Amino acid sequence: MSASTIIFYLLAALTLVSGLLAVTSRHIFRAAIYLLFSLIGIAGLYFWLQYEFIAAVQIVVYVGGIVVLIIFSIFLTQQAGELLAKQKLGRTLFSALAAFCGFALTMLQVYEYSFNPTSQPPLEPSVSNIGSQMLGVNNGGYALPFEVVSMLLLAAMIGCIVIALRTPAVSPSNGGNGKGQLSSDFKPLVTVEETEQIN
Amino acid sequence: MIEPGLYHILFISGALFFIGVFGFFTRRNLITMLMSVELILNSVNLNFIAFNKYLWPHRLDGVFFTIFIIAIAAAEAAVAIAIIINLYRSHHSIDVESAKELKY
Repeated sequence: MSASTIIFYLLAALTLVSGLLAVTSRHIFRAAIYLLFSLIGIAGLYFWLQYEFIAAVQIVVYVGGIVVLIIFSIFLTQQAGELLAKQKLGRTLFSALAAFCGFALTMLQVYEYSFNPTSQPPLEPSVSNIGSQMLGVNNGGYALPFEVVSMLLLAAMIGCIVIALRTPAVSPSNGGNGKGQLSSDFKPLVTVEETEQIN
Repeated sequence: MIEPGLYHILFISGALFFIGVFGFFTRRNLITMLMSVELILNSVNLNFIAFNKYLWPHRLDGVFFTIFIIAIAAAEAAVAIAIIINLYRSHHSIDVESAKELKY
């Protein structure tokens, strides 16, 4: 048994145990931290598979971006020390049963299937190879999906701003600047009366 | 302990996927449901990378699928959190049971 094998099992245990804790912990902040460790474990598995670029992207985007976003939204929406509501035992049991049955079925199918790997020489997943093929327009290039994803990110960014914008009380006096005109164009999700009630 | 291979990674990603499904079934808080969805997406990414590594090492398609899934997951998380915060502003709760008006 080599060191690589031990590291693999440690990473697998870290990923699965903290993933399980992330979905069962009743402290929502702890659940977010367990999710963080689970994502770090997956990044470690990418490192173990020698896909360093994907591991770096995983750490930057998930650990540095999404988990921080989730933690900030927890700060914005939860009261301190508040536990999540306990679920009914029946619902938990049936969910666990459904998940376990699905897992068993999938694993039976996977272990019955015999994968046959290709015999061609491997291509190094280095950053230069990834970059030149991702932006290539010839056979096997991914330039079109790349552009589509960039449009999607732009749309998501604008959508986030529009959704999360706190609609100000639009008065005729501030209609001169562009912001007031923009916010009066779309239907406000929180009406002025509701905003005053909240305040 | 045997030398880890493709089946071990498929086992991990399958287990992680169904942990996420279990969380999605049992949680009633929108943020924790979003965390379950992130676990599910990560298990899919791990699957793509494992297939790319062990079955088609002469191509990089699994890497590209993983990168695109990560980008789309980031966009999805941002939009979902914007919706959750807006819901909290109007309902003072992010329980799924209180999100009945979202469909109108």
